[in-house]
Amino acid sequence: MDDDAEIIAEFLVESHENLDQLDRDLVELEQQPGSRELLSSIFRTIHTIKGTSGFLAFGRLEQLTHVGETLLSRLRDGEQEMTLEVTEALLRMVDTVRGLLDSIEQTASDTDPSVDVAPVVEVIERLLAEDRAPALATADVATAAALHGTGGDATDPTTSPGGQPAVPSVPDTSEAPAEPGWDGVDRRVAQTEPGEGWDGTERRTVVDATVRVDVDLLDNLVQLVGELVLTRNQIMQRTDGGADVELGRASQRLDLVASELQESVMKTRMQPIGQVWSKMPRVVRDLSHQLGRDVELVMEGHETELDRSLLEAVKDPLTHLVRNALDHGIEPPDVREAQGKPRKGTLVLRAFHESGQVVVEIGDDGKGIDPERIAAVALDRGVVTREQLARMDTREVLGLIFRPGFSTAEAVSNISGRGVGMDVVRTNIERIGGSVDVQSEIGRGTTCRVRIPLTLAIIPALVVGEGGERYAIPQANLVELVRIEGDDLARDVERLAGAPVLRLRGRLLPLVHLAEALGDSEPATDALTVVVLQSDDIRFGLCVGEVHDTQEIVVKPIGRQLKGLTMYAGATIMGDGRVALILDVPGLAQAQGIDASVAEASEAKTDSDSDATALLVLEVGGGRRAALPLAAVARLEEFPVDRIERSGSAEVVQYRDGILPLVRLAPAIGLSDTSGSDEQVSVVVHDVAEGDRLRSVGIVIDKVLDVVETAVVRSDVGRRAGVTGSAVVQDRVTDLVDLPAVVARAGVGA
Amino acid sequence: MTTMTTTAGAVTEQYCTFWVDDLFFGVAVEEVQEVLRHQPMTPVPRAHEAVRGLINLRGQIVTAVDLRVRLGLPPRPADRLPMNVIVRCAGEVVSLLVDDIGDVLDTGDGTGTEPAPPNLPATIRNVVQGVRPLPDAILLVLDVHSALDLPTSATDPTGGTP
Repeated sequence: MDDDAEIIAEFLVESHENLDQLDRDLVELEQQPGSRELLSSIFRTIHTIKGTSGFLAFGRLEQLTHVGETLLSRLRDGEQEMTLEVTEALLRMVDTVRGLLDSIEQTASDTDPSVDVAPVVEVIERLLAEDRAPALATADVATAAALHGTGGDATDPTTSPGGQPAVPSVPDTSEAPAEPGWDGVDRRVAQTEPGEGWDGTERRTVVDATVRVDVDLLDNLVQLVGELVLTRNQIMQRTDGGADVELGRASQRLDLVASELQESVMKTRMQPIGQVWSKMPRVVRDLSHQLGRDVELVMEGHETELDRSLLEAVKDPLTHLVRNALDHGIEPPDVREAQGKPRKGTLVLRAFHESGQVVVEIGDDGKGIDPERIAAVALDRGVVTREQLARMDTREVLGLIFRPGFSTAEAVSNISGRGVGMDVVRTNIERIGGSVDVQSEIGRGTTCRVRIPLTLAIIPALVVGEGGERYAIPQANLVELVRIEGDDLARDVERLAGAPVLRLRGRLLPLVHLAEALGDSEPATDALTVVVLQSDDIRFGLCVGEVHDTQEIVVKPIGRQLKGLTMYAGATIMGDGRVALILDVPGLAQAQGIDASVAEASEAKTDSDSDATALLVLEVGGGRRAALPLAAVARLEEFPVDRIERSGSAEVVQYRDGILPLVRLAPAIGLSDTSGSDEQVSVVVHDVAEGDRLRSVGIVIDKVLDVVETAVVRSDVGRRAGVTGSAVVQDRVTDLVDLPAVVARAGVGA
Repeated sequence: MTTMTTTAGAVTEQYCTFWVDDLFFGVAVEEVQEVLRHQPMTPVPRAHEAVRGLINLRGQIVTAVDLRVRLGLPPRPADRLPMNVIVRCAGEVVSLLVDDIGDVLDTGDGTGTEPAPPNLPATIRNVVQGVRPLPDAILLVLDVHSALDLPTSATDPTGGTP
C-alpha cells in the first residue's frame, strides 16, 4: 500500500509539472496553430498521464486522457484542424485532468463526483465526429483568428465565448505558476506561518511541498556541509575545556546547527532503492515471457535508502544482474520440473544496510554456476593462465565471470551473453567504490551480492587507537567493549592451537589483535581492551591499544590503489584534520580467517540455556543493585555533570543532535539519589518506540556493574513503584526495574 | 629563449617537472592539479609498499604514492621530506611523492618524444611514455596511469588490470 502511495505521489508531482507545461504549450499553440512540435509535446504529455493512470487503475482519468490523446494525435497528424473549439476542448480537458489529479491527491482515487468527466469527453468525441463537417470547422477558424490577441483569456474556460457549459467546479489549487520551483518555496514559507493565508485549514499539496533542485547544487551543498562539519570538529576540539564561556556556548550552538544541517542535507540526497526496483517487475515479466521462463519476483527491503547518485549508478548494473539471473540462472519450467523443482523459479532482490554499506542481493534458485565450466571457459578464452587458475579457490574462480571478455552463454541471446555484461557491471559498481561477488551452488541457485558504500554517508563510529594512529569502527558492528586485566587475563584468554580466544559469559570469542591485523607483532600487555564486533553471523573480539570515543564520521572513499584491501571501508577526516582509516568489519574478519563456523560453534553453546535473559546489572542509590534487560539498552553514555540542563522541571542533555530527557533511576524506584555526586553521570540510553519513530530516554544510574546472561527467577519481594520485583543475580538480590514506569516519569510515552 | 613559431606537427607541450633521486621527470601540466609541500600522512598498513599514506587535501582524501618506491629507487634519506605532485588520474586525485619540484618546461621546440632507451631498468621503463633529450638534461615523461597502477595484492585476484 505504501508503495502505491509513493508511486501516486510521484505521479502527481510529475503530472502537475507536465500540466503546467501543457497550459503554456496550448496557449502558444493558439499563436502558431500548425506547430507540429508543440502538438507532439502536448501529445506526449497526455500520453504519459494516460499510460500511468491506466497502470494505476484511475479509470476516469484514463478515459478522459484517452479521448484527448485521440484528438491530439489527429491534430498532430494533420487530420484535424486546430480550431478555437478544439483549443477550448483541450483546455477543458487539461483543467478536468487537473481536477481529477487533485481528487486523487485528496482521496487516492479519481472517483470524486464533483469532477465531471462525461461532458468533456462528450465534447471531444463530438469534435472528433464533427470533423467530417468542414463548414463548421472553417467558421471556427475565423473565430480562432479573432481571438489570437487575447490568448490569455482562452486559458480560463469560464470566459469562453463558445457558449459551452463551464467546467463543473474544478477546485483550482494551483494557478499554473510560471516558475513552479519558486512558487513552491513561497507557498511553503507562507503556510508555515500560522494564521497567515486565506484558509487556515489548507494543507500543503503534493506539488507545493516539493521543489526540484539541480543535483549539482545538492552535491555542492553536501561538499560544503562536509567541510563545515570538519571545521566544526576542529573548533569544538579547541574550545573544549576553554575558559571563554561565551565561545563555548557559541561553539555548542554551532555544533548543534551544523549537525542538523548535515543531517538535513544528507536526507535531501537519500532515496529508497525501491525507485530503481519499481521497474524490475516489468523487466522480469517481459524477459520471462521472451525467454519462456516462469518467474516469481520477490523484493525485500525496498525502503533501504541510499544516496541518489549511487542509486543512478547502480540502476544499470542491477538490471543487468537481474537479466543475467533470468537468462543464465533460472531454467525453463520443463527443465525445472524434470529436476524436481517447482516450475516457477524465484528471483529474490534484497537490500539492506550492513556496516555502513548498502548490500543488494540478487538471488535465483536456478541451475547455479559450475566452477569447472567457468575455469574451462576462462582458460579457453585466455582470461587466465593455467598457473593462475591452479592457485584460485572456488570463490575466486566464480569471480572470473566478472573479467572482461568472459561469457559462458552457449547461445548469444539479445538479453545477455555477449561477454560485455558482467565486467561492465563490475566496473560500474567499482567506480562508485562498491564491490560485487557471486556465490553459487550447482543446481540450487546463484546469489550476486553487490555492496555499495555510502560514500557520502555519515555514520556513528567508535574511534580506537593503535600504533599511534586512529581507526574508526562503524558503530553498526559494535556489540560491546570489554576490558580484561590482571588475573582475569590469564583465566579468560586462552590459546587454541595458537589462536587466542576469550571466554566471555560462557561463550568462546575468537580474538584478533588489531596490531597484528595491521602487520605489527602482537603487543605484550597486562590488560586487554576488546571491542566485540559482529557482522553477518560472525562475532569476534578486536583487541585494540586504546579506545578514544564515539563520533559521527564522514565516510570518504579511498583510492583505487587501496581497493584490494578488504579490511578498510574507507577513510575519514578527524577533528584535527588528520585522516583516519575506517575498518571494514566483515573484511577484517575475512582477512584474519575468521568465518562463521567459529561463531556457530559458540552459538550452539548458548542454545542450551536459551531461556536465559541478558541483564545489565547496575548500581544505584548508593550500593543497591538493580537490573535492566540488556535488550532495552540502546547505549551507555557518560556525561559531565555540567552538561545537564533544565527544560521545565525536567533534566535534559544535548545528545546526538537532539535533546535527551533524563530520569534519575534512584528516586524512580524509591531510593535516595546519589547519582549526581561525581563529576560524571552514567546514563543508560533507552529507545522508546513512539509510533513509527524512536525516542530516546536517558536513565541516570550510579554505575554499570556487569552484563550477565542468566535465567531470571523473579520474586515479588521488593515490588514497588518502578520495580517489578527482584531476583538473585550473581548471588545477590537485585531489583528488576519496571522500565515503562520509569520511562513514564521522563514524560516520554512508553 | 624559445621561438614560438608553431611549425606544423610540433605540438606545444608543457611539462610539470620534478626530481626523483637523480632522475628528471615530467608530467603533462593538464594532468597536474597542484603541487604541495610535505603534508602529514596517515599510513595505510597492509597496503602496497609504494602507498605511503593518505593526505587530507581540503576535505578530500588523497592517496600518496612514493615514486622512489614505485620506481625501485633507493629510499629517500630520512632528513628529506618529499613534495607532493597532485595529479588527476582516472577520475581520482592522487599524490606523487617526489624529491624536488622543477620548473614548468615548455618543450614546443619541435623535439619529439623518443622511446625510452631499452637499457633503462624495467621498473622505470614500464611507467615512462618516453624521453625528451633537453640541452642540459633528459626529461623522462611519466605515464601517470601506469605509475599509479600498482600491482594488486594476492588477496584480490579479480582486481587485475581491466
